[in-house]
Amino acid sequence: MVEHRIHIVISMSRYIEKNRRALSALLFFSITMIIFLIINPQVFLNPLMYKAIFKTLPMFIILASAMTFVIVSGEIDLSFGSVVGLAGWILVLTLKSGLSPYLGVLFALIAGAFVGFINGVIVTRLGLSSLVSTIGMSFLIRGLIYIGTKGIGTPLVYLVDTPFYNAFIGSIWGIPVNMFWALGFVVLSLLLFNHHIFGAQISCVGDNLESSREMGINVTVIKTLAFVYVGIASAIVAVQFTLTNQIFYPGSGNGLLLIVLAAVFIGGTPGWGGIGTIMGSVIGTCIIGVINSGIIAAGISYLFKEFFYGLIIILALIGHKLNKKRY
Amino acid sequence: MKIKFLELKNISKSFGKVSALKRVNFYIKGEPEIVGLIGDNGAGKSTLIKIISGIHAPDCGEIYIKGKRMKNWSVVKSRAYGVETVYQDRALAMQQTIARNIFMGRELTSIFGFVKSKLQFSEADRLMRTIGFTSKVFASDSAVVNLSGGERQGVAIARAFYFKANLMILDEPTTALSLTEAQKIFTFVRQAKKGGTSCIFITHNIYHAYDVSDRCVVLDRGKIIMETDREHTNAEQLVKDMQKIAQSDGKVKEDINNGRS
Repeated sequence: MVEHRIHIVISMSRYIEKNRRALSALLFFSITMIIFLIINPQVFLNPLMYKAIFKTLPMFIILASAMTFVIVSGEIDLSFGSVVGLAGWILVLTLKSGLSPYLGVLFALIAGAFVGFINGVIVTRLGLSSLVSTIGMSFLIRGLIYIGTKGIGTPLVYLVDTPFYNAFIGSIWGIPVNMFWALGFVVLSLLLFNHHIFGAQISCVGDNLESSREMGINVTVIKTLAFVYVGIASAIVAVQFTLTNQIFYPGSGNGLLLIVLAAVFIGGTPGWGGIGTIMGSVIGTCIIGVINSGIIAAGISYLFKEFFYGLIIILALIGHKLNKKRY
Repeated sequence: MKIKFLELKNISKSFGKVSALKRVNFYIKGEPEIVGLIGDNGAGKSTLIKIISGIHAPDCGEIYIKGKRMKNWSVVKSRAYGVETVYQDRALAMQQTIARNIFMGRELTSIFGFVKSKLQFSEADRLMRTIGFTSKVFASDSAVVNLSGGERQGVAIARAFYFKANLMILDEPTTALSLTEAQKIFTFVRQAKKGGTSCIFITHNIYHAYDVSDRCVVLDRGKIIMETDREHTNAEQLVKDMQKIAQSDGKVKEDINNGRS
């Protein structure tokens, strides 16, 4: 009996140690929720509020999950906002040419993957800093969209309530379909990150690049695949983003960057590579989503929104630092 | 005499204007042996083992395995022929688990590339016990960063041990280890030889090299300047020879080798 209890305690402590970062993000999320529930229980106990959150949150969840791979690999991708714009534009061009919208999604996915591939090649083959080269790529793509569209948007209202529209942003049992897409993407990311050779090798590559190479890991392929994964995620988000707004505008995807990065870091993935948590990134996204809606629901002026973002990011990072030092 | 397991002929390697190896000839016998590779910093020891393990390609020269000339020698090829290297920096990913480090680059996977985590953990546990590193503090899912220097070395060796090497190269394995931990490494190397694995034991420490090796090879400024069997020398003599080499600007090769024969 005593041995059984000791075994349970050991198992629990190992579980906590293993998932320390995600659990601390969860704790932070719980505290945030409790504060908002105390401030305005009527709003925060109303399912309608969560329905509103569920409409935008999935896009950030998909991007943050994918971004975790790149950050764990020891790199960063700052071009995904522009890739969202590019993939949306390609979807629109396909629609304009009279082809099937599903074909448009396929082209958008190919475009996203291709930009990811180019980012990967620039970083791994040419040895450029991902921080700088992906900023360059971001401007390049955004510039291309502005030149190609002449800065003019394309309304897509006619797609509303079509099977295509419902497949991406409709609702099932009152739950936005986007949420199921995000769920599927998170499950895939969890499988890849925690149970697949890709996740194992990407952690080693981010942890010790030279050693990974010496041990026969194809560092170039692994890092490039991480960028491709972000590219694919950006394309999926592009479809949801464009359909949600019912219009494609050349600046679409702007404004996603800092929120996604903040979600990953709040979730407990550090910036130095080698370790990270997909669940943490999902929880980080939820924290940001709840703050966004919570500030308005709590009757605080929207002018305070960014102030609270900053405050919570810094508090969360201090929390992670205190929770576990690097070495 | 059995055919040599490994033979390097006239290997040269330069990095820019720096010549790291100059027409080096080196071999490992067909029967298991422990070769101590001694040399000062910059002697070319690490370059030599990186060529043997396929990380660096030589500028010129030939590599033979069991008498067969190897072309396009690489990390993958060297591993396929059973050459395992435990690097000076131990090639460990510090934030990863012991199991992940042991199987780094050669994960045990099922269909579609999913890692057999349970099997990896149990194998890692067994390996660490086999080579004499047991602890109540760490388990195979502990992060390497939490281990002592000797335990980290154990992880790197366990990696080579699991993949049943024909030749194991240990690059300065006893640096920064306590006496007890260094002794563990010596015991392990001798065990490995009994099990049929040859070892190249690279070190600065002549006493360590003499202690464990059947044959000592001395590298200096990119050249092999001395080679001696254990039975033909002793640790003190080796130290004297090394001092001579250091003082003579590497020109005593003939003197020392002639004196030995």
